Amino acid sequence: MNSIWTIARKELSDSLRNRWLIAIALVFAVLALGIAWFGAAASGQVGYASTPATIASLASLGIFLIPLIALLLAYDAIVGEEEGGTLLLLMTYPLSRGQLLFGKFLGHGLTLAFATLIGFGVAGIAIAVLVEDVAIGALAAAMFRFIVSTILLGWGFIALAYMISVRVSEKPVAAGLALGVWFFFVLVFDLMLLGILVASEGKLSPELLPWLLMLNPTDIYRLLNIVAFGEGAQLSGVLSLGTDLPIGPAGMWFALVLWFVIPLTGAWALFRRRRI
Amino acid sequence: MSCFRLENVSYRYDKALVLNGIDLRLEPGEILGLFGHNGAGKTTSIKLILGLMTPTQGRVSVLDGAAGDPHVSQHIGYLPENVMFYPQLTGREILNHFARLKGASLKQVPELLEQVGLDDAMNARVKTYSKGMRQRLGLAQALLGKPKLLMLDEPTVGLDPVATADLYRLLRKLRDEGTGIVLCSHVLPGVEPYIDRAAILTDGALKAVGDLVSLRRQANMPVTLSIEPANGSSALEKAIEASSAGNGLMIKKDNGRLQVDVRPSEKMALIQDLLSSGEVQDLGIHQPTLEDVYVHFIGSGGLAHRGGAQ
Repeated sequence: MNSIWTIARKELSDSLRNRWLIAIALVFAVLALGIAWFGAAASGQVGYASTPATIASLASLGIFLIPLIALLLAYDAIVGEEEGGTLLLLMTYPLSRGQLLFGKFLGHGLTLAFATLIGFGVAGIAIAVLVEDVAIGALAAAMFRFIVSTILLGWGFIALAYMISVRVSEKPVAAGLALGVWFFFVLVFDLMLLGILVASEGKLSPELLPWLLMLNPTDIYRLLNIVAFGEGAQLSGVLSLGTDLPIGPAGMWFALVLWFVIPLTGAWALFRRRRI
Repeated sequence: MSCFRLENVSYRYDKALVLNGIDLRLEPGEILGLFGHNGAGKTTSIKLILGLMTPTQGRVSVLDGAAGDPHVSQHIGYLPENVMFYPQLTGREILNHFARLKGASLKQVPELLEQVGLDDAMNARVKTYSKGMRQRLGLAQALLGKPKLLMLDEPTVGLDPVATADLYRLLRKLRDEGTGIVLCSHVLPGVEPYIDRAAILTDGALKAVGDLVSLRRQANMPVTLSIEPANGSSALEKAIEASSAGNGLMIKKDNGRLQVDVRPSEKMALIQDLLSSGEVQDLGIHQPTLEDVYVHFIGSGGLAHRGGAQ
């Protein structure tokens, strides 16, 4: 446990030193406040529209940004140590590969968690203070749900980045593959699903289709944050499949947790087989 | 307790045989020089002892435990060839980090940095360090937690002569305190005075092991006598021929002195004959150096006719 924490605290202090943590927090705060104030600009008004609309817009933008940040933060976790020449040395220390990987995860995970908490937390407080007739309770609950799910989504992509990082032997390759992962989950997956939906002409089992959304953490994330507002939430595109899902929010939370546990376990298994 | 024991160890990388039946051990308080050409298997041997890889065949035991066991690794210090560190951290931060990983006291850190002469630079980022400074930081890292087994791969690369001498002095002190030390180097004349035993690897096989005296004996290489004649070189040459009884010793003239190559077993007889002949003004004896012995063993692998004579 001590070694895991030693690795984690180095990652954490690295991200403080290179200003990553503060930069991510700043991006999140600006994004959240921008959407809160100008999210309704398309309908001809400036100012805070409503909590559900703000959270929905945030979640829609979040699925682009959060996976990207998580992948950027983590893609060189192992391959970077190898290229820097420190992996070999670390492995001669009383430190197992699992401890190194979980220590990195703890460090990167906490970096992302703090940045999210600070960034969106500050934005939430600003909305609560500056908007006059907002329901504080509902806002706090929505913000809390949004922040926790954002952190889980980020952890999922950190773990996916590790699966790449433990496999490849060059940093640029890892970066390229990480971009590929982002492209697949954020852009391609929904299009594919939509394509399957249309091409199958209703022949696919209607019970099976909604489950396919569980194969993409960004879809789970959006569902969680939009469906939570109950009836009347606007689900567009493939997300409308989500209304047929037989599992409630608890199931979706569980799925989001699985989305970082399974890739992390996979990365660990791959790392144990890597030659050093 | 042995520092490490390799028993009939072989290692295959994919299909290639990298190490073949290595038997080697190191006892506490001993400095072992590990020599070999590039790709001879030095690094692989070290990695096996560090537990980074497991042998395909044979047994590796380190400090009476299994290689790679955390309780064992805690007592091993290792300086890799071309050691690299996190460039954005300071020397002190790096050493603190590694001390925590090793479970060593952080109080050692400033002491070690002073010991390797980095006390002025310990708060500077490592990216500003020169090669020699990085090497010294690597050495300080290897010494964390007072290791019982110290493995140094090319420790003197980038060190100036004074720092090199300091390093060897330090190694000798550690050896006297009971540390077992493995020294890999290509600078053979530099390490020769400091090693207790040498192991010579070629193509994954152990060619020779032993102290310099026994290696010289195994190699059976000629000793060179450098003789200054008392009454002209031709008289001396005659005396040499008389003594060697037509063995046809190699004689070279060099600056008025005669250089004679003689077998170790015949050396004393020749010297006694020459001294009693009264033809000798001055006599120097040159034993084969570690480098000569090394070249002998490495070269004999490639030359079939010499290899056959062994």
